[in-house]
Amino acid sequence: MSGPSRELPRWVDLGLIPLINLIAAFLVTSLVFLAIGESPLESVGIMLNGAFGYGSGLGYTLFYTTNFIFTGLAFAVAFHAGLFNIGAEGQAYLGGLGVALVCLPLGALPMVIIIPLAIIGSALFGAAWAFIPAYLQAKRGSHVVITTIMFNFIASALMIYLLVNVMSPIGSMNPETRPFDPNAHLPLMHDVFAGLGIEIARTPLNLSFVWALICAVVVWLMLWHTTLGYQLRVLGANPSAATYAGMKPQRLIIIAMLISGALSGFLALNEIMGAQNRLLLEFTAGYGFVGIAVALMGRSHPFGIVLAAILFGALYQGGADLSFDKPTVTRDMIVVIQGLVILFAGALEHMFRPRIAHFFTKPLKAKEAKA
Amino acid sequence: MTANKAMAAHPAIALAHIDKRFGPVHANKDISLVVEKGTIHGIVGENGAGKSTLMSILFGFYQADSGEISVNGAATRIASPTDAIKAGIGMVHQHFMLVGNFSVLENVVLGAEGGFVLNQGLGKARRELERLERDYGLQVSPDAIIDDLPVGLQQRVEILKALYRGAEVLILDEPTGVLTPSEADHLFRILRQLKAQGKTIVLITHKLKEIMAVTDRVSVMRRGEMVATVETAKTSPEHLAELMVGRRVLLRVVKAEREPGRTVLEVKNLVVKDQAGTPKVNGISFVVRAGEIVGIAGVAGNGQSELLEAITGIRQPFSGEVRLNGKHLPSDAAEARVQKLAHVPEDRHRLGIVTSFDACENVILGYHGDEIYQNGIFQDRRAIMADTEKKMQDFDVRPQDPHLRLGLFSGGNQQKIVLAREIERDPDLLIVGQPTRGVDIGAIEFIHKRLIAMRDSGKAVLLVSVELDEIRGLADRVLVMCGGDITGECAPETPEKQIGLMMAGAAA
Repeated sequence: MSGPSRELPRWVDLGLIPLINLIAAFLVTSLVFLAIGESPLESVGIMLNGAFGYGSGLGYTLFYTTNFIFTGLAFAVAFHAGLFNIGAEGQAYLGGLGVALVCLPLGALPMVIIIPLAIIGSALFGAAWAFIPAYLQAKRGSHVVITTIMFNFIASALMIYLLVNVMSPIGSMNPETRPFDPNAHLPLMHDVFAGLGIEIARTPLNLSFVWALICAVVVWLMLWHTTLGYQLRVLGANPSAATYAGMKPQRLIIIAMLISGALSGFLALNEIMGAQNRLLLEFTAGYGFVGIAVALMGRSHPFGIVLAAILFGALYQGGADLSFDKPTVTRDMIVVIQGLVILFAGALEHMFRPRIAHFFTKPLKAKEAKA
Repeated sequence: MTANKAMAAHPAIALAHIDKRFGPVHANKDISLVVEKGTIHGIVGENGAGKSTLMSILFGFYQADSGEISVNGAATRIASPTDAIKAGIGMVHQHFMLVGNFSVLENVVLGAEGGFVLNQGLGKARRELERLERDYGLQVSPDAIIDDLPVGLQQRVEILKALYRGAEVLILDEPTGVLTPSEADHLFRILRQLKAQGKTIVLITHKLKEIMAVTDRVSVMRRGEMVATVETAKTSPEHLAELMVGRRVLLRVVKAEREPGRTVLEVKNLVVKDQAGTPKVNGISFVVRAGEIVGIAGVAGNGQSELLEAITGIRQPFSGEVRLNGKHLPSDAAEARVQKLAHVPEDRHRLGIVTSFDACENVILGYHGDEIYQNGIFQDRRAIMADTEKKMQDFDVRPQDPHLRLGLFSGGNQQKIVLAREIERDPDLLIVGQPTRGVDIGAIEFIHKRLIAMRDSGKAVLLVSVELDEIRGLADRVLVMCGGDITGECAPETPEKQIGLMMAGAAA
């Protein structure tokens, strides 16, 4: 017996359900605000204004968005192949090492050479860090969830060692490298627009935002319009069918993880080469983990991921503004809001689904009758 | 006494106006059914006709949206299997619900242990079990471990379990699917004996021969509706099939004599082991020639699956060789396709399709690397679409929508898509496992015709099926497998009883 079929219109699946989940998250958030005696409406107003209302607010929102697009895409690619890569944090960390190894020694080269080299460096190191768990999963069956999270810790320890003992300049007390040469800075959007004669606010928002959007399009093309993407999706949807179809699951697992690791590594382009201009500790700041929520909320589709990334970018930036404006709203409160959004959009994603599905199955039945 | 008489007048089970929906699927439409006491009542219907849903409602797995259930004339609310058991209804599932490493006795008392100290209950249970075995001729040693018992005996334990719980009405769901013909005969003897003792039996099956052999009355379901209830003696398999499908169907396969040609597939001393290293195929050899269908008969789980998987490159054989068209065939699913071997896997959902993908994405599965589907570095969506539309048309797949998710097609249409994908490649060898499992009668006819057409065009076909009738109808030559060995080879006209003996491992 085939179970009840629940084919929802795409706009419901990708638009309405995430929206309802989001509203639920904000309703619960309102209760928290009421409990501490703040007006929820006013707070939402401040957050929205902080995220989108003025130039530099929007700039910061899109700067954070860039990080989330990279880590969201990274998670989604592996997820489509049936792999739960929760190691974006560590892979991005190592990506930073790749960027630094290009930008520190080659800082005198022209920008047009450094940028592609840095992209390759971040991808290579991110992918390399994903390779070991991938290999262990493919050949030995060690679960990537376990190995990737362990590799996050190893990455953290390794970077501390490198930054404290190897890469920090002699005489410096800070666990960080020397600043990159100006040629090794990714151009800020402020400067790019200034070159076009348009004045925008000066924020860390840099060219890697454009690169993130390009990656989203490339990932979409790869997953749905190439044979490789097709194979990855078959592997994720039905591994036995992949074997039946003559695909090589072990190789596909490794390829998916390499792509995922490379995308994670790109986070360093934004943070290290775009904003900090030096390699430092803990620059990944949890973006890798939030990327999981971004991917789940975006239903692992690049377009949805970009939208979810904007939402989380806005939460980061708007939340920062809110805690600045309202002394009663601490940074922790902002974390609570983010947590609630992740809870409703990620973990409780299916809470409202059956009811909504029930509501939308009626028009479907009419369509079936016609067929 | 008077109470007894009054009860006898009531039917054992009466369902009135049962209605059940699952989302958009209307599984049971206003169904009424009366099962008389002390009879064997068959329920037939195609897959998805609603038989299992109806029985699940009767046994309390699902609740009907509306309608009423009466047991012995009294309206009864059955909200859970516990209620059903209390009302004297027992069910023997298609897949047994037994604990493999427990003894027969322990399984029988499972869930009805009676008392805090197990031993006390066990002693009582043993006496009761012995009485039941005596009364109904269901001999099983109470201390045997379930895993050591053959399937036929395991089924007996299931029946004993139901009787132990005081079942007056026994529902059997596809009970012969896993049995050899002689085991099935034995089961029917038991059912008749139970009937003679006054028990009522509801038998769900899709095998019309069994219905004719054992039932008193039979109800036919079609697309969620009860279309007819007839006396078995006054009907025929052809008539039942027509009721099930809603049109006349050909139950016999028509095929012309044909002389087989050159050897296409040659299997030599093939040994296949499972992950644990247990041999599943013990060094078997056979050939399949062009223009013949070789059928492998056997009870499920006797090495057929492993054999197919080893030949088609899904599973690495332990030793032995497979040759195709005289050339060594490595155990590699991709290479096998290049060498013109097509494979319709027996477990469609596990291997053959991706239910969450569109039909068009399933049509390229296994052939996704083909030149015709490529356009530079991208897949050629237009070519894939055109190809899917053509295949859907050729194989009469309904609905003809390349963008519909495969999970939303019926089993028969899913199978047609798999067949279209594999047959249209013009392979030299077609390997087919359970071609009609979960497929409705109308589509079975179509699929059988296609397989015969393959053979008539000079292709080699290796067919594995647990449906002996299907093997006998289609194959030119029958190999029988039991316990990983080929226990016999015979002509398809060989009496069923003789093939059945080979299926049970006796030498021909």
